[in-house]
Amino acid sequence: MSTNVTLPGSTGLQFKNPILTASGTFGYGVEFAPYGDLTTLGGIVVKGLSLEPRAGNPMPRIAETPCGMLNAVGLQNSGVENFITEKLPKLPTEQLPVIANIYACDPAEFGELTAVLAAEEGIAAIEVNISCPNVQEGGILFGQDPQQAARVTEAVKKAAGVKPVIIKLSPNVTDITTIAKAVEGAGANVISCINTLSGMGVDIRKRKPLIANVIGGLSGPAIKPVALRCTYQVCKAVSIPVIGMGGIASAEDVLEFILVGAHAVQVGTANFLRPDFSFRLVKELEELMEQMNITDLEEYRGSLQL
Amino acid sequence: MHQEQCTTLTVLDNVPFGTVSGENLFFALRIERPEWADWQPGQFVMLRPEGWALDMMWARPFSICRVSKRDLVIFFQVVGRGTKRLATLKTGDKVVLWGPLGTPFAVEDKTPTLLLAGGIGIAPLVAYAQKHPQPWNLHMEFGHRMPLNCYPFESINERITAANHHERSPEDLAHFLDLIETSIAEYAESDGLVLACGPTPFLKAVQAFAAKHNARCQLSLENRMACGVGACLGCVTKTTEKMTAKGVAAGRAQACEHGPVFWADQIILDEE
Repeated sequence: MSTNVTLPGSTGLQFKNPILTASGTFGYGVEFAPYGDLTTLGGIVVKGLSLEPRAGNPMPRIAETPCGMLNAVGLQNSGVENFITEKLPKLPTEQLPVIANIYACDPAEFGELTAVLAAEEGIAAIEVNISCPNVQEGGILFGQDPQQAARVTEAVKKAAGVKPVIIKLSPNVTDITTIAKAVEGAGANVISCINTLSGMGVDIRKRKPLIANVIGGLSGPAIKPVALRCTYQVCKAVSIPVIGMGGIASAEDVLEFILVGAHAVQVGTANFLRPDFSFRLVKELEELMEQMNITDLEEYRGSLQL
Repeated sequence: MHQEQCTTLTVLDNVPFGTVSGENLFFALRIERPEWADWQPGQFVMLRPEGWALDMMWARPFSICRVSKRDLVIFFQVVGRGTKRLATLKTGDKVVLWGPLGTPFAVEDKTPTLLLAGGIGIAPLVAYAQKHPQPWNLHMEFGHRMPLNCYPFESINERITAANHHERSPEDLAHFLDLIETSIAEYAESDGLVLACGPTPFLKAVQAFAAKHNARCQLSLENRMACGVGACLGCVTKTTEKMTAKGVAAGRAQACEHGPVFWADQIILDEE
């Protein structure tokens, strides 16, 4: 039995299994090193990086909701330079694909940020968070407009050199396939989907929003059917590989995303169930595959019968 | 070196403490002792019952209240959905637990140390009194709203001197705050140490008094947390220019990693 995943095309990306950890839920990896062997994971996507350090949003930033959570952390991070000098050297990058997730406010800044990361040998790929406003275009979200999404993709591709570029799509759109096709056309090597769903929560007694930013991103098993639908649609719409995510909390969930066509998955909010969750999931997936007599994930992938 | 572990442990018992209007709201949850090499007072654990379905995803953070050869005790008050469900834990139930986590209270053997506890904030200070090598240098002032028998106060009284103040009215609270200001001023004069844990308004008052009287003071925060290991950035507190901890950037520090115990002059509590 093999859990190996090789992404087709020119990406050169290989994972020893399809389980990656999602940005923002696994820190910079080192936080979870006491709880498992990082090199057993398919890969990790680190906390979103910006060119300059960002303080993020005021508190409270997170709230537990039924089968999930809301967050509006606001991409607090200590900046790309700090990541490269302080965090990256602590990761076993020779045995573990480390994917840098990036965030910027205009295409030029995306390019600049990518160039910094492209020079780092320890970075396996760059994942682009396009669920952010373009300050030059009146704050329209890059991820909600096919042209804007394509423009970011081009800027990142141009600066990325040989590094594969993964575009992370937002589900907060009318038709996710138009964005998917736009980024594929602009040269994206891989698509990952979905980012969080826009949501909010309120406290009826205090008459206050649950998080200071009022609106935040919903994640967790509550969004899994939406994530699965998006992954299914995107897989059908494009020919580049897709990494699915959204509410994955079991080995069965992993297979659901692979069944609809995803090459790999990312585990997010479930990492908060327990810090060794993703490490255990790798083993549980092997057990489930054995139980179901799946010897080749590639054979199983996309085999949904309609 | 990291020594945190994530393990499944058995609940030994879950004993209610006192009652409030006939209801059990305070519990001492006793769990079999994790195989820890060591732990320090002020540190905490993340705890999530194995039987919880996915409807409540987060584990809950609790200060370590007591550790013996056989057991680990955490003390909690029912305040929301999570603690309400934790109150139903029974002997033999399994919990997933990781820790010990976070930065502990400073321990200065020979320094006169004032422990200021507000309500359920007494829990980590019970641990502090239990583990301190020279407990005769400790004194506690404990303010509480619920009946005294709701809290593990008696056990602390066996080891250190402690006074309790039942706050039944705004006047009681004002009196308690006057008293702790006087105490903080005294400890500041003798270069003592002040350690506080309790609700945020209480911590803000302690912080203000400590600044006014130039007292060396640490506060233990009770921020909402999802991961407990520094990743989710949901528990951050604003920091001042005096924050020196390595890895703290952009004026915010995770309470789970750089706290929950902070030096009072290194944090700003205006968002809590």
